[in-house]
This record gives sequence, C-alpha cells and structure tokens, in this order.
Amino acid sequence: MDFVVEQRSVILEGFWATLRLAALSGALSFVIGTALAVLRVCPIPPLRWAGALYVTLLRTTPLTLVFVFSTFGLPRLDIRLSFFAFAVVALTAYTSAFVCEAVRSGINSVAPGEIEAARSVGLSFGQVLGVVVLPQAMRAVIPPLSNVFIALTKNTSIAVAFSVAEATSILRRLQNQDASATFPLLITTAAGYLVLTLAISFVFSRLERRAAVAR
Amino acid sequence: MKRHLRLVTALSTAVLLLAVGCGDDDDEPSTPEAEVEEQPEFPDGTTQARLAEQGTIRIGTKFDQPGLGNINLETDEPEGFDIEIGKIVAGKLGIEPDDIEWVETVSANREAFIVNDRVDLVIATYTINDERKEQVDFAGPYYVAGQDLLVAEDDDSINGPDDLAGKRVCAATGSTPIQNIRENYPEAEPVEFDTYTECVDQLEAGQIDAVSTDDIILAGYAADPKYEGKFRVVGETFSEEPYGIGLKKGDDQWRDFLNDTLEESYEDGGWEEAFDATLGASGVEAPEPPPVDRY
Repeated sequence: MDFVVEQRSVILEGFWATLRLAALSGALSFVIGTALAVLRVCPIPPLRWAGALYVTLLRTTPLTLVFVFSTFGLPRLDIRLSFFAFAVVALTAYTSAFVCEAVRSGINSVAPGEIEAARSVGLSFGQVLGVVVLPQAMRAVIPPLSNVFIALTKNTSIAVAFSVAEATSILRRLQNQDASATFPLLITTAAGYLVLTLAISFVFSRLERRAAVAR
Repeated sequence: MKRHLRLVTALSTAVLLLAVGCGDDDDEPSTPEAEVEEQPEFPDGTTQARLAEQGTIRIGTKFDQPGLGNINLETDEPEGFDIEIGKIVAGKLGIEPDDIEWVETVSANREAFIVNDRVDLVIATYTINDERKEQVDFAGPYYVAGQDLLVAEDDDSINGPDDLAGKRVCAATGSTPIQNIRENYPEAEPVEFDTYTECVDQLEAGQIDAVSTDDIILAGYAADPKYEGKFRVVGETFSEEPYGIGLKKGDDQWRDFLNDTLEESYEDGGWEEAFDATLGASGVEAPEPPPVDRY
C-alpha cells in the first residue's frame, strides 16, 4: 500500500487522462449521437439509411477494432494526430452509435398524437423536433444515457493498448515496477473507476429527478 | 494393401529426398541441433530434476523479435537466438526441442509470469538489472546488447539520443528502453505499445519518429525483407543491456545449473553455432560470449 501512496500523483494523473478521455468523447458522442438519431427519423430516406448504416457498422464492431482502425489505420491515410486524439476519435465513433439508439428510443416514446398535433398547427419538421419531440425525448433517455456514459468511462481503458497514459496504463506501468503491489494497485484503480462511474450515476439521477418534476 | 504401402513408402522417400535436396541448396544456415542428453541425473528436489522427470519445460519468450525470438509464419514455430539458448537448456535436461512449451511473454509481463509460475524460464531479450533482481533471479548474461534507435531511411534529423527532443519515440510497454527514454530523455515524447511490431508499424506509417530498443533487435527489423530500404539503425548505442535467463527468485541450484549450461555451451561451440544460425545470419560475426555473472 505504501507504494500506492508514494505513487499517488502518477495515479491521479492517469485518472485525469481517463476523465478527459471520457468527458471529451462523451460530449462529442452526445452531439453526434443525437444528430444521428435525428437522421434516423427524418423524412428523407437516403439520410435515414445513412444513419442506420452507421449505427449497424459501429455497433457490431468490437471497440478494440475501432481503436486499431483509428490508431493504426488513420496514419496510413496520412491523418496524423496525437495518440490521445486517436483514442477520442475511436471512443466517439463507437459511443455515438449507442447514444443514437438511446435517443431514438426516446423520440419513439413521444406519443404520435403530439407530433400529429404539432404538424397540424403548421410546424416544420425542424420545429416539431426541436420544440415538441426532443425536449420530451431527452427526459425519457436520461436513464439509458447514464448507462451509455458509464460504459464509455470503462471503455476508455482500452486506450491502454494504444499508447494513451490513462489510469489502466498507469496501473500496468506501476505494476511492472513493483509486482508485489499488484493487489493494492488493482484495488486503487478499480476504486478510481468506481468513483468516476458513481459520479456519473449521481449526476444523471439528479437530472432525472429534475426532469420528473417538470413533467 | 501391400502395393499401396510400397507406393506410400516410395512417395514419402521421394518427398524426403526432395526436402533434403532443397535444404542443401538453401543459402540460409540451417538451425543447429541442440544436443539432447539421454536420461540425465540431477539431485532430488531440484527444479532441474523435476523438469527432467516430467519431460517438458515452459519457456517464456518473445514472438515478434526477428533474429531473437520470432514466430515463423510458414512453420508456425518460434525461431531465433533466444529460442536456441532455450533448446540448449532443454537439451541438458533431456528434453527434446518438440517438448518445449513456448509461451509468449511481452516486456511488461515477464516478471509476473515468473512470479506466478506460468513459465519455468524466461529467455526473452531480458535485460538483467537490479530492480528486476528484487523480483526474479537471472542466469547469464548470455549476450550483451545496447540501446539504439531505428528511424526512417530518409530521416537525417536523428543521429543519436540527443536529437530526440520533441520527437515521438516508441518502445515496448514495461521495457528497459522505455524507462530509459522516460528518465534520461524527458524532452522526447514516449510512445508505448505492447510489441515492437506495433512500434515499427507506426514508424512505417510516419506517425512516430523513432523506435528504440537494443541494437540487435533493430538490426533484425532493418534487415527484414518486408521493410527493405525503409529504415536505418542510427548506430549510437547509449546503454548496455546484458540479456539473462529469468527464473524464480531464490532457486539457486537451478540458477547454478543454468549458468553451468551456458558456460558449457561457450566451450563446446553450441553458443557460437546458435548465434551464427540466427543473429549471425545477416553476416554479423559472433562476438566473444560474455562471462556469466554468479552474483
């Protein structure tokens, strides 16, 4: 345990990287995922197909493979970013598909009568979506989105194999320095992830309560 | 039935002759046959007695280091200098090369594999150092390498470790080279992957500037026909890496046996033969084997 205390600043730095990975990819995939969900319900068939194709491709590909594509594939296409940015690209591309499906389920939960009513008073597709559908859909998707973001936070650990110095990679580095500290290191790292995911649960349950009152 | 049998014999003889004929024409030196002892005797209760009794040994090695420990994609068999050293040790125990169980160890898990008894030995370009000696013991060294840099053929901006400021330098997770870069060249940006193949892949793609590890490993990549004309080894070594055989800490009789085995192979030419067939295949002269360190 002494070793863990001694190395606390390195461990914290690792979790800082994990947090930045999760927050950045989470924000980006929320925006992209919502846009994809809108594509999937929009009245223009080719856009709907494009959305469905994206979700099918990304949701059926293992995340590690998405990482291999971004970290080893993109440089071969002359796209050179930092390894951290490659990880954000992979996590965002993957998580967006799940956000999209969560948001789409929310959109489908809005009663068809409301949409018909909105259309009959002359609102455009954009207005129906922005004023009537999405505000209600977002309330319904808070619990499933919480799941998606918790999964994302844990998924950041795959970056360990792709040269990002996040919490799991720090765990491995320290474990390599002192194998006798394996258990204290494992427990500390697991506790760190627990703190991050509990924080997400907490934020989302607050959001859920707020949304429930408004209804 | 009998005619069938004769046909089969004739055919297999032909194939065998053909195979032997091909072998003779081959420019590549054939792998030496490590000598296998018949029924060696060891003191009771020692690791060597146990392994000789069970007739198999688990050796951890790398599967991606051309010339040292590398899986041949055609035969699916590991080959290289580390592999030959493993066969010499196994032979002393009366174990046939085919009865060796090769386990892939990467830089970061070698100590753990020994401590957790997943392997009996690690022969995997394993640098002897004091930090590791706290967890495992080493026999040897059986070779001394030095850390060097592999860069793109047309990159003339890197001519030694002092040119690394602001450059992305890749080495294996948990390896001595990555620690050395991190501690002694803090202005370089360290990049870590589990295997050197991934580092070399990134170098080929132009995503990183250099791969750093032992000169002899880099020479293997530079000489690999797959990468012909793409890379050059800088040639300024900046560390000394004595390769040892890793074993469970405190098993002194086992370590003495391994050291004796290495010394014998220095004397009877087994070591030199192993070197010539593997690392020496590209024309490098076998150096003097380093004296073993019975610490």
